[in-house]
Amino acid sequence: MAQQAFYFDGTRCTGCKTCVFACKDKNNLDTGIAYRKVFEYTGGETTKDENGCCTTSCFSYYTSVSCNHCDKPICMANCPQGAISKDDETGLMSVDEEKCIGCGTCVQSCPYGAPKVNTETKKAVRCDGCADLIAAGEKPACVMACPARALKFGDADAMGKLGERGNVAPLPDPSETEPNYFMTATPDAKKCGSTDGEIANPLEVE
Amino acid sequence: MSNTLSRRTFVQGSALAGLSAAALGSGALFGCSPEAEEELAATGTEEKAPEAAPVEEKIVWNHCAINCPGRCALKLHVVDDEIVRVETYATDTDDMDDVQPRACLRGRAYRAWVNHPDRINYPMKRAEGTKRGDGKYEQISWDEAIEIIAKNYQEVIDNYGPEAVYMNYCTGNYGVTARPWFRLLNSLGNGYLAFYGNYSLAQLMWITPYMFGASVGAGSSLNAAKDSDLILMFGTSPVETRQGGAVSHHDYVAMREATKGKIYVIDPRFNDSVAGRSDEWLPINPGTDAALVSAIAHELIANDQVDKEFLDTYCVGFDEDTMPESAKGQNKSYKDYIMGTGYDMVEKTPEWAAPITGIAADKIRSLADEIANAKAMFVDQGWGPQRRSNGELNGISICMLPILTGNIGLAGTSNGLREGSYSLSIPSMPYGENPVKAKISVFSMVDAIDRGHEMTEKADGVTGVEQLPCDIKFVINYAGNCITNQNSDINWVHDVMSDDSKCQFVLGSDILMTDSLKYSDVILPDLFRLEQPSMIATGGDHGYMFAGSEPYAPKFERKSAYDAAALIAAALGKEEAFTEGKTQVDWQKECYEQAREKDTDLPTYDEFVEMGVYTRKNPKGTVIVMDKFREDPVANPLDTPSGKIEIYSEKLADYIAAHDFPEDDFVAPIPVYAPEWYGVETTTEEYPLQLSGFHYRGRLHSSWGGVEILKELNPQEAWINPTDADARGIKQGDKVRVKNQFGEMELLAKVTPRVIPGTVATAQGAWHDADMNGDRVDKGGCINTLTTHRPSPFAKGNPQHTNICQVTKA
Repeated sequence: MAQQAFYFDGTRCTGCKTCVFACKDKNNLDTGIAYRKVFEYTGGETTKDENGCCTTSCFSYYTSVSCNHCDKPICMANCPQGAISKDDETGLMSVDEEKCIGCGTCVQSCPYGAPKVNTETKKAVRCDGCADLIAAGEKPACVMACPARALKFGDADAMGKLGERGNVAPLPDPSETEPNYFMTATPDAKKCGSTDGEIANPLEVE
Repeated sequence: MSNTLSRRTFVQGSALAGLSAAALGSGALFGCSPEAEEELAATGTEEKAPEAAPVEEKIVWNHCAINCPGRCALKLHVVDDEIVRVETYATDTDDMDDVQPRACLRGRAYRAWVNHPDRINYPMKRAEGTKRGDGKYEQISWDEAIEIIAKNYQEVIDNYGPEAVYMNYCTGNYGVTARPWFRLLNSLGNGYLAFYGNYSLAQLMWITPYMFGASVGAGSSLNAAKDSDLILMFGTSPVETRQGGAVSHHDYVAMREATKGKIYVIDPRFNDSVAGRSDEWLPINPGTDAALVSAIAHELIANDQVDKEFLDTYCVGFDEDTMPESAKGQNKSYKDYIMGTGYDMVEKTPEWAAPITGIAADKIRSLADEIANAKAMFVDQGWGPQRRSNGELNGISICMLPILTGNIGLAGTSNGLREGSYSLSIPSMPYGENPVKAKISVFSMVDAIDRGHEMTEKADGVTGVEQLPCDIKFVINYAGNCITNQNSDINWVHDVMSDDSKCQFVLGSDILMTDSLKYSDVILPDLFRLEQPSMIATGGDHGYMFAGSEPYAPKFERKSAYDAAALIAAALGKEEAFTEGKTQVDWQKECYEQAREKDTDLPTYDEFVEMGVYTRKNPKGTVIVMDKFREDPVANPLDTPSGKIEIYSEKLADYIAAHDFPEDDFVAPIPVYAPEWYGVETTTEEYPLQLSGFHYRGRLHSSWGGVEILKELNPQEAWINPTDADARGIKQGDKVRVKNQFGEMELLAKVTPRVIPGTVATAQGAWHDADMNGDRVDKGGCINTLTTHRPSPFAKGNPQHTNICQVTKA
């Protein structure tokens, strides 16, 4: 099996977060922790003139993202314990709980904010690409959940043919980690680093 | 807020996560019993407990049963009587046309709901010395509960008659055997005061038959718009209202991808159906759709762009040529109204509509031009534009665009009503015959408790009798939160319901404690549909149905509603009449066999139960509403008095003449713009903003409203435009108070350009949370703390999006 990757079709995503909850159900995640997040990126203005007539330059779109099982996993490079590994076959990332000391370096390193530290167990946790399901020939829970069918998962070569490496705001520039996250952007999408808009659902993602 | 992902905030987020991550990897978070936790630990995190014996996991199919036609598939993984994972029905195919009723986020959160700490486990009665609404209960036995219910029922029948017995509207449980209560009340031999309408569609449901006849209740299916070149979506967000994988969420995304048609979403809110495609959003002031339509009609008429042949052949009342005799020569036609020769002598120019709608006159002209030039226009509306104080006329006005241009009954068109569907069908367990003729509108329930004996056919929309003989004294509230939370003016409802001298007895039955359930005298513990055998058929662009099995035997003292109703019937000596010797499953089999008689392609009962999910593509591909009528209006007339589309309805004119309306209710027998009370044109200095509700992704109405994992990622917010927020010193995330003449609520501000200035939007269905013996400020942010209980003119329906308010920083 080759390096695995997600494909995200921004033109289909409606921001419902079913992917997030399928993941939480599969991984028994309660409040306070989620391996997948859906960002609302919004900008522009909607105003009325002196006659009460409205004009708008508002734009808004959603981006669903988890661990991208990157080609340049900066989390792994920075881990002082060598607790993070990338599977030789699938390229999926995992954490060795024996070695992990819960220092949070991976959390601070990852520009996607994918790893978390479970402060109870003092161990880092993250999306593992549903490695158990992949091994059983299935697809990740989030992918099979999307009612609008905006997510796919498979060999990076195949996913790479469907779109570009994630390159829209508020994501970081893909050159940082070379994420195995390919996407098709919506007409509203702004490039990485754009300051035209802002993350408009901070309560849901931060 | 920030415009890029911040590493630092993620560190904070993870620290927060730790607070509740104690049992990460175990089912305890979802409220399982301690035994179940151990077993989950043994299966869920196998590598940590290799010594544990493997526990067998079984797969059980069932379905979602809440008030959404999605009814989506639930594939339950069950270990030792606990659900350990909820999957859905999905295949890994690229074909968007493959029918996959994938459950939405709420469906995937069922474990947290099913195992919620507030679940009802035992029968209970209201604690001595407390009032309805206090929410204090004592556990009792089933025997005692049934005895109290039977005694009160008999007393009410003896003292007041069957018109004092009422089964409240509810939407928390759907399945072919899910509604045993009407059958119970009929089996007891007395009947009950019935209702008409609902909270979803009351206004349009009432008035559509006057225009299109009783057999037309919806439009074409969404996939019909693949063949359209212009698509107008009024007050609707198909991706939000029905979120499943084989209803409008999926169907809209699939249609949008396939169509070459230009789409406009005409809504006060940049809703999620616009997300990513800002050029599709046409912001409009709430409740003014009819004004926009009137101005477009003006342009079409002035520029000779209406389809006069269609209007003359298929419709009555566009102009004098087709007015009925009773209204000829009186300037009562639609054209008279539009062109300024009608009752108000005002020409409905774009300049007239601009300040009302908030849409510039030039924009209205260019939209009219696009409409005139469309070859196949698909006009669709959600149920928001009609859930208003002018909802009847606002709703059918939208239908005027396809009517004026003849875009009805042809490929790529619809009739302006909400999208229709191709659905499979299984009949429900029969209700029996209700000997009581009187009916009230759903929205009048609390009125009928408060002053039922005064309510008349002429003034209050009572049907079947001229006046109600008595007040409601006995209420069954099953699987519903429509006493307070989903009704209107909660503070007033509380005052009526907590008064024991008004209603004598309220029987509540539900799966967990809700705000409405707190007004019960006796509470019976119910099962989720997914905890019992269940069947249901439905559809979107295509059809499907589910056969559900029970994942485990009922826990604690919970019983199915069918079994509970049978106990009540038995206590009143009518068990045989109610059950006919059948179990719930016997009824289900009988209903399914009836479906198979009509639809011989369906699998056998046993095959269906084994499959769990059955899907079928619409053999015609799409539903084109009114296609037969368009083909031959003489051979296939509509179910209206004229057999045609009635733009002017003589029948409605007669109804108006025969009924009493409050002075500021705006009524007319043609689809006119009716200025609203509590509308954009009637804001006040004290309450200068509009307040409008919308459907939320993390709840279905109030269902799932108490589930913490959903609440966390679907925060209760008031959407407010930056210009309105800045003027009040309100910033993103601030705690704000929203107040009007009916009440006050507290919630968080979402300061966003995604809502039109002058309007505050908040998701309906949040759980009411106020100290009703104190300040009554609703900390849950339930919009019905601020909605009026005054009904709409015709349907006597809920005008829950028509509100004025003021917002201040808390």
